[in-house]
Amino acid sequence: MSKTKKLFIGILVLVLLSPLGILLPYFFKSGSAWGEWGPDELKEMIGYVPKGLERLSSFWNPIFPDYNLKIWIEKGLFYEILGYVITGLLGVTIVIGITYLIILVDKKTKNR
Amino acid sequence: MHIPDGYLGPQTYGSMFAVMVPLWAKAYSSMKKKVKEETIPLIAIGSAFSFVIMMFNIPIPGGTTGHAVGSVLLSILFGPWTALILTSIVLIIQALIFGDGGITAIGANCFNMAFAMPFVGYYIYRLIRGKSPISSKRSLIGAGVGAYIGLNVAALLTALELGIQPIIAKDSQGLPLYCPYPLKVTIPAMMIEHLLLFGIIEAVVTVLVLYYLVKTGILKEESYHE
Repeated sequence: MSKTKKLFIGILVLVLLSPLGILLPYFFKSGSAWGEWGPDELKEMIGYVPKGLERLSSFWNPIFPDYNLKIWIEKGLFYEILGYVITGLLGVTIVIGITYLIILVDKKTKNR
Repeated sequence: MHIPDGYLGPQTYGSMFAVMVPLWAKAYSSMKKKVKEETIPLIAIGSAFSFVIMMFNIPIPGGTTGHAVGSVLLSILFGPWTALILTSIVLIIQALIFGDGGITAIGANCFNMAFAMPFVGYYIYRLIRGKSPISSKRSLIGAGVGAYIGLNVAALLTALELGIQPIIAKDSQGLPLYCPYPLKVTIPAMMIEHLLLFGIIEAVVTVLVLYYLVKTGILKEESYHE
């Protein structure tokens, strides 16, 4: 097996294991990363939502918020895990695709 | 460490974009000079690795979570400028598609994790490794120390950017407009968890992957960018 293929399979294995990244925080009752709370969480913590933060926080609507499918949000841990793996695979594909694209554009300008 | 939209005011996020634009341009032209045809698949796998390793949230029981970033590893393998591009790609995709990190904060997040972290980590690595081969103990120790310090520098920068907000932006009632926590809260909160836990995880991940690449012969005596 070629080295690249071996490493690529390694990445896929990591994606399959990635739900550990939601299961471990779940079992240890850990919340968001520090400073990454949504406006609601922040309101619970300090009693108000800073005005500028409220305005800016809703300005972008990602397709897969929190690495999950929108239809599976609030559907429980099982769907969260499934969504995590699916969006993880998608993310890996996009990241690899964009990296190739940038380097290939790169190559073209070099050969000119 | 992914600053969301709303935590930084326009002065801060605007300045961070202004700093990043010339760095992105320099990184792009530097990568253009160095990249070799046969390393392209490995570079792509490198950025995929950084993406997937950030999905492994490590919990502090009853507290917050954090994760490794991988940008020091990328700088050791492909050079710091290429690491800047690869980590930026990952951070921008995370912000646009997954809402992990804000759109307005892309400049700041890239400055912290795609610029400061791999550069600090890389030069510490080179300093410790000296003239020893990449498979040497010194190289592995250097990778661990570089990764640990690199992640902590990124955490400190994040804490500074967040902590200055209550000083520079208040509403008519004197309440903070953006991140409500001052420096004396953000610095200890970010630094304790990164110094005690997440930095060590970054170091272990970096050393293990480098060790694996050297052991299996995937990485030759010289790393790919030399």
